[in-house]
Parts: sequence; structure tokens; C-alpha cells
Amino acid sequence: MVEDKPKQTLQNMLNDRESDPTHLLQTLIEVQQAFRYIPHDAIDRLAESLGLGRAFILGVIEFYSFLHLEPRGEYDILLSDNATDQMQGSRLLAELLSRRLAVPIGGTRGDYRVSLGYTSCTGMGDQGPAALVNGRAVTRLSSERIDRMVSLIEQALPLDQWPSELFAVTAGVKRRDIILNSDYSAGAAIRHALEHGPEALLDLLEQSGLRGCGGAGFSTGKKWRFCAGAEAAEHYVVCNADEGEPGTFKDRYLLQAHADRLFEGMTLCAAVIGARRGFLYLRGEYRYLLEPLHKTLQQRREHNLLGRSILGRQGFDFDIEIHLGAGAYICGEESALIESLEGKRGIPRNRPPFPVIQGYRGMPTVVNNVETLANAAMIAQQGAAWFRSVGTAQSPGTKLLSISGDCERPGIYEFPFGTPIGEILAACQAHHTQAVQIGGAAGRLIPATEFGRTLAFEDLATGGSFMVFNQGRELLKAIDNFSRFFSHESCGFCTPCRVGTSMLVRQLGKVMVGHATTKDLDELATLGTLMRQTSHCGLGQTAANPILDGLEKFPGIFQARLRSTSFEPAFDLDASLQEARALTGRNDPGAHLEGGGV
Amino acid sequence: MTNKVRIASASLAGCFGCHMSLLDIDERLIDLVAQIEFDRTPLTDIKQIGSCDVGLIEGGVCNAENVEVLKAFRRHCNILVAVGACAINGGVPAMRNQYSLAECLEEAYLSGSGIDNPQIPSDPELPLLLNQVHPVHEVVWIDYFLPGCPPSADTIFTFLDELLSGRPIQFAYRQIHYD
Repeated sequence: MVEDKPKQTLQNMLNDRESDPTHLLQTLIEVQQAFRYIPHDAIDRLAESLGLGRAFILGVIEFYSFLHLEPRGEYDILLSDNATDQMQGSRLLAELLSRRLAVPIGGTRGDYRVSLGYTSCTGMGDQGPAALVNGRAVTRLSSERIDRMVSLIEQALPLDQWPSELFAVTAGVKRRDIILNSDYSAGAAIRHALEHGPEALLDLLEQSGLRGCGGAGFSTGKKWRFCAGAEAAEHYVVCNADEGEPGTFKDRYLLQAHADRLFEGMTLCAAVIGARRGFLYLRGEYRYLLEPLHKTLQQRREHNLLGRSILGRQGFDFDIEIHLGAGAYICGEESALIESLEGKRGIPRNRPPFPVIQGYRGMPTVVNNVETLANAAMIAQQGAAWFRSVGTAQSPGTKLLSISGDCERPGIYEFPFGTPIGEILAACQAHHTQAVQIGGAAGRLIPATEFGRTLAFEDLATGGSFMVFNQGRELLKAIDNFSRFFSHESCGFCTPCRVGTSMLVRQLGKVMVGHATTKDLDELATLGTLMRQTSHCGLGQTAANPILDGLEKFPGIFQARLRSTSFEPAFDLDASLQEARALTGRNDPGAHLEGGGV
Repeated sequence: MTNKVRIASASLAGCFGCHMSLLDIDERLIDLVAQIEFDRTPLTDIKQIGSCDVGLIEGGVCNAENVEVLKAFRRHCNILVAVGACAINGGVPAMRNQYSLAECLEEAYLSGSGIDNPQIPSDPELPLLLNQVHPVHEVVWIDYFLPGCPPSADTIFTFLDELLSGRPIQFAYRQIHYD
């Protein structure tokens, strides 16, 4: 297995990189791909060539879920474990895979042929249950597809020879509005910027009222203006394609179908802020898009839309590099993303200073979501009035939604801001809807009584995730799923989040198994509020949302599972004496404890 | 019967450091005793707890007896207080949670150095150990938590003084923060 790889490969991989510590993460990802783990040899050599400590490198490896210190199987299967995947039966399919391949979930088979485990949402909510096999997305899993995978794996057929339909990711656009209905002509936005100058473009963006589509909704025009106004040797533009919010997949579609618009938007931003380098930070789960994206970049270089003297303008030099993520939700937070771009653990920075003043390598940096940049390109081409023709005064334009869960037509929907939730549910043909989770795990849980509320920054903001739960679903399971997601994805930097997310899972677990009392619900609320107030970044501040919303909007689903006693222990008292009973051979009355609370 | 406030205390999986800190109240103890009387405590050597107003618990929960004592305290005390780091977090005794119980007992009684007649004690007189050491609030409801290792005498006095006077319990920053 691992030793068969020529030592030369590792050497070449390391030689290809200049001795720049910011390349650490990208190099580690390549090593992981080639060797299926990070050999100690590689750590030593990287430490030497990059001038970094071993502990620092180990810290980076352990931070990212897709990097491993122990070899993974030749086929490394990770099943997407979002609430919507589970609703589509992913857990049963995982068990089936585990049985058929004789590999435990969370383990590697003795012959290193295959590893099996779960991972956070892979962005295939409309075509799940989904999995990653050696980083490549496999969609629409069924027992029939599992059978085929098992046989391909047992035959040891290389992944690139697997039937391509297993990897088919369909676009799935179900509703188009002004953005997706408009034609895009390559270079038009850049030409506009070059003709009218950066100031005119900033005015145009501000008039359009475009706001960040990642969810926070900051004015794009303002962000670019701040960055352009910051004096520095270099400016950078970064596209945040770390679409990790559970249930979101609209950027996947844009990257797959409209990468040209996105790159145009980045180049436009570069023209305005004076950047020479840009980065697309692509989540590791979307690795299958890497090759087509590189191809698009190459075409743009050939058309002089990237590279030196873009469109003949002397001194307008700009190019884009793609950086891969490695399975860390927190890297969707802009300052954590910048840390990750710099090759480090993705731990959010203190803000201020904001990235527009001090971002990548301490230089002014614009970080925008995929959709924002693509929209900026379209606005430069079509004008502010066109964009403002739909939407609300405070939220102009449209929003791409990723709709998944209990509806007949899951997929990508473009809706004008201001659309009521009920209308969206009707469009995706959701029936007997109990609740909608808007904005992903960190978003809000909306009961049927609030379906009159609207999609807008001033009402219900979302980065694009829209998960539907019908009346047959146990909402508590989804809430539990989201809470586990946060405890896995907490970066561990601040105590309220690191400890709080784990405590929430345990406390909620007590409710799930029917051992909780009303006091436990009070504790959940107190803890959640504390985390909201004291966590370092948005992850910890929103991690308790599913529980707090659940307690507020759906108290019945918690109360139905409560004990009538005033308090119950957090664990099974008698069972926790089992090991001691076995060790001492005792079974007298004193070797047992009565269960229950006081 | 007097109308003094009745206080009980116990040290579970702790080191008696919190009780030492209680005694560190020094001469203020004399004022305090005018208002309180002790029920079951290590100071009085009363074995069975009676009906009390306040119970002070030092130490975490490491064995079956700790569970029984803690539950008896909860049944008999109107207000139950977790005193010190071990009661609140498990503290030093909880360091064994990194290992299985079998590993702990084997190291202590079978394979460790200087052991004569190696055997794991199994006398029914001895309380069985729990798989893991737990903070007290995982077994019973706790009304107040006094952090510290140990909480200072001043902190304990402030707590009791304010509780007895019926005022809302408030501490100076340094009494409950250790940064």
C-alpha cells in the first residue's frame, strides 16, 4: 500500500512548492490525495522546507476533517450526514454499506481497501442521499447503487473508471428570475468598469443595493469601497465558495453552470479595488468542480479576460488561483477562510480590523460569496434599475434558494426578495409542511403559523438553505442533527462554543432518551443564551438557534418526552457500576443503585 | 428546637480542602454559629442527615456511596450547593476518566509497583466505583455553584452571610474569578 509509492513522488510534490508557509494546507491536501494520509516523513520535510514547527503542522492536520495521520482505505467513503440525507434514508444505507463491505462505520477495513464514515452536509441536498468517494461526490444513493459501488470496490476498479452516472450532479434549476433569465456576455462587465472607471462602478453597485448573498447581507458596494480606499501595497479579492451551511447547494450550481459570471465578478472587483491576485476558496466537497473551473479560467486567460493587461488595459493585471478546503465548516466565516488561505487552522480572527482593511497577508481584502460576485457582474452589465426592478426596498433583487427535504420538487429556485414563505412552499410542491429551517443549521426554524413571513434581510435572511419538514417528521431529530453538526464543527478556540456545543448535545440527548425534566429545558435555554452572548464568532453565537427556536416555536416536541419528576440524573446510575461489578464479581444489593432522580 | 438555620455538609470525591476553607472563616465562625447549627457534617460526626435548610457538597461523585449520600442530601436539604471545583467539574479525581475503570484498578491493585498479594478488593463493605467520576449536578439538581479550588473562606462566608440575610447573593469579582 503506502510504501509502494515512490519516495520520489513526495519529494516532487514538495519541490513544486516554493518555501512559502501559506502553501502548507494545499500541499497537505495533495499529500493526502496521493498517500491517503500524511506520512510522518512528509511532516518532517514540510517542517524543514517551510520553516514551521512540527506541532504547528500537526495542529493543521488535526483541524481539517479530510486530513489524516492514519492511512485511509483505497476507497474512502464518507456519507453526507445532514438532516435531509437522514430523511432520505442515509443512515440505513450506511449500515448496508458497512455490512456488505465488512467495514465498521467510522473505521477502515483490515486490508485497507475501504474506509467508511460520515461527514457534514456535502451540498447535494436536492439529489441525496449523497456520499464522497475519495473526495468525489456520488449522488442519489440507493440500495441498488450501493450494490454497484460494493462490486466496483471489491473488483478494485480505479475510481476514474467507475460509470460516470454515479457521479452525475444535475443542475436542477426549478425557477428562474431576472438573474438566471438574463444572458451573460463575457467581458461586458469588465469593459463597463474600464470605460467608466471604478468610481462609477461603485456608485452603480451602491445604487443597485446589492447585499452579500452569503447570509449576512452587508452592502457589496460599501465593502468594495472600503477596500478600495484602504492604502496598501497589495489588495486581494477572495471568492467564498466554502458552501458549508447544511442544506445549501446554490453555489454548487453557480460554480458548475455560471463560473464565468463569477470570475467576471471577481475581475470586476479587482479592477475596482486594484487587486492583482484573487482566490477562489472551494470547499473540498466540491473537488469534482476543480477541473472544469481550471478550464474556465484558462479560457478566460486565452480571451484576455485574465492575466496581463486585461482587455488591452495597460497595468490591469489580474489572475485567480483556486484553493481547496478540507472539510471545515468554520472556514466559511470570512476571517477563518483567510486564515485557511494562508495555510493555517481556520480559526476566526478578531474583528475589527475587518478583512477589507486587513485580510489576506494583512492586506485589504474583499471576501464575497459566489452569488454576490456573479450578481455584481450581471449588475455591471444590466444596470442598477434592472436589479432593483424586483425585490424590496431594503433587499433588492433576487435570492437563489437551495430547497431540499419534504417537497416534490427540490432544487435551485430563484425568487425575488419579499416572496412569502408560503408561496415558496407552493412552488416546490411541499404538502402538510410542519416547519421550514431557513438559513441552514445556523438559521431559523419557522412554524406553519409564520409562513406569511417573507424572504428578505429585513425579515428572514438566508444564505440560501431552505429545508422543508412535513408533519410526519420528528423535528427533534433534525434539531439533534444540527446540534451535533455544530459540536463537530466548532473550531475549539473559545470556551463558550467548544464546551457549550458539546453540552447542548448531551443535554438534548437527555431529552431525546426521555430522561429530562423541565429543569433540563431551562438549562438548555440558559446555556443557549449564554453561548449566543459570549461566543467568539457566528458559529458559537448561532449554534443554539435550532434548540432555542425549537423551545420557543415547538415546545410540545420537547415536553412530550419529559419525566414528571423534578430532576433526573444525566446518566444511568446502575449501569455505571457494571464495570466495577464485573471486576469484583459482586452482585450483592450494595452493588446496585436505584435509578431515577430525587 | 431552635429557629437556627440548619446546615449539613459532606465531602464526596474531594480532598476536604473545601471544608478546610470553610473553617478558615476564622473568628467570623463565632458570629455564624449564633445563626446556624450543624446537622450531618464531618465536623459533628452525625451519620444520618436530618431535615436541613442548606447542604454543602464538596467533591464529585465517584462511587455508589457518593450517589446515596448525594441523593439523601437532596431529599433533606431545601438548598443544595456544589462547593468547589471537584463538585462542579469532577476536578482532580475525574482525571481517571481518561482511563477505563479496569485500567485504574489493575494499575492500583495488580500491576503497580510494591504490591503484595495482588487482588482487586471486592468486600461488600466497600462501595463500588462508578465507571467515571461525575460532577454532582449530573446526579441531582443543584441550586448554587461556588467555584474555586477551594473557594476562599471569604467566598464561603459571603455566600452564607447573604443567604442567611435573605439578600440576593452577590460576590466581589475576585471572590469567584481566578484569572
